[in-house]
Amino acid sequence: MSDPIIRVSGLNKSFGANQVLYDIDLEVARQEVVVVIGPSGSGKSTMLRCLNLLEKPNSGDVFIEGKSLMDARTKITEVREEVGMVFQRFNLFPNMNVLDNITLAPIRVRGWPAEKAEAKAMELLRKVGLEEKAQAHPDSLSGGQAQRVAIARALAMEPKIMLFDEPTSALDPEMVGEVLSVMKELASEGMTMVVVTHEMGFAREVGDRVLFMEQGRIVERGTPAELFENPRQERTQAFLSKVL
Amino acid sequence: MDFKFDIIRDYFPLFMRGAGYTVGISLLSILLGALLGLLIGFGKMASGWYFRWPASMYINFFRGTPLLLQILMTHFILIPNILGKTNALAAAVTALSLNSAAYTAEIYRAGIQSIDPGQREAAYSLGLTPFQAMRHVILPQAVKRMIPAFGNEFIVLVKDSSLVAYIAVPEIMYWGNAMKGQYMRVWEPYFTAALIYFVLTYLLSKLLQFIGRKV
Repeated sequence: MSDPIIRVSGLNKSFGANQVLYDIDLEVARQEVVVVIGPSGSGKSTMLRCLNLLEKPNSGDVFIEGKSLMDARTKITEVREEVGMVFQRFNLFPNMNVLDNITLAPIRVRGWPAEKAEAKAMELLRKVGLEEKAQAHPDSLSGGQAQRVAIARALAMEPKIMLFDEPTSALDPEMVGEVLSVMKELASEGMTMVVVTHEMGFAREVGDRVLFMEQGRIVERGTPAELFENPRQERTQAFLSKVL
Repeated sequence: MDFKFDIIRDYFPLFMRGAGYTVGISLLSILLGALLGLLIGFGKMASGWYFRWPASMYINFFRGTPLLLQILMTHFILIPNILGKTNALAAAVTALSLNSAAYTAEIYRAGIQSIDPGQREAAYSLGLTPFQAMRHVILPQAVKRMIPAFGNEFIVLVKDSSLVAYIAVPEIMYWGNAMKGQYMRVWEPYFTAALIYFVLTYLLSKLLQFIGRKV
């Protein structure tokens, strides 16, 4: 890979005495969709959260467009402007309406005039099919709607990378589809995405590459066809036999 | 039992002036306490021990020693050392402010820490600085949760301000004691003082309920 947009090298992470990531190496190319699967507690989310420094690695480094996140001279807020994140529990801001949720960062961080930010927000709400919810309060939305607003909020910063941390795990089953279809559309437009998920169908259909993690290590990686049809590692086989 | 209303009438103007002192001292102390408490509360949440440790000690000291003792120490030690001589009113406001800062610090801390960490993470992930995240996301939510606790603290402060009668600040309790001394009677002065405090705190709690609904 000549110019990876994300490069992770020798990443270790512990919470106290409990080591959750061991020597993670990973490269993600521009426009690539990488899906991370694995059992609960395997370190998938922690790895994802290291990519925008919501968790600070103990050793190793993460490079976003060549910038080291561990370098004290790197301004982490500038890196985060280019890396959107969608959370399992949406994390919409309940003290503002949908529109303000989306325009907050473009106005405060990018310094856009309000009209420009609002135009962008409306465009994104149309894209996720929630134009009529612009003035709604986050608490009045269903889970699926809230997650689509959260995706629009992240996209409003026009990020180069999108991180998804189990975006459908907190949703009722009938709402999973609407969120996945927004993510598929995003992938087809060429967004670079790293997606932690339990949705094997999505991994298979949308992923360019799939990583299987267990006990803090990337056990196996490959194309969806390779990993789902012919897993080489016994642990991958055992996991897939349980979830497929 | 004979309850002499005429001596209450004689003292009524003094009690009213005393109520003015009580309200004034309490208002000033809750405001100063809230400002100082903000510093101490954030100090206690800071990552560096050189902020956390002094803030912690401050809170432990003022919550762990009697308010009466704090008032006496302020009156006889702290204020004379700053002004050269003591001043009862300054000592009262200083002691009550220092004391309520310890409690308001914990109100700030509890309010801010009650906000789901996911809110801060979402703000950070959008590129907001810690200050922006606090200003636009955390504080607006936290302040709403702090209001009832602030109301309680204010009511406690109004009642506790009666202790400054010990250093001869002419507030409600001071005139109650004066009246007791003059007439050698206990029912009338204590009931009058209790009634005034009750009316003050009752009105205050209604006002706070109203504000709480508005926010």
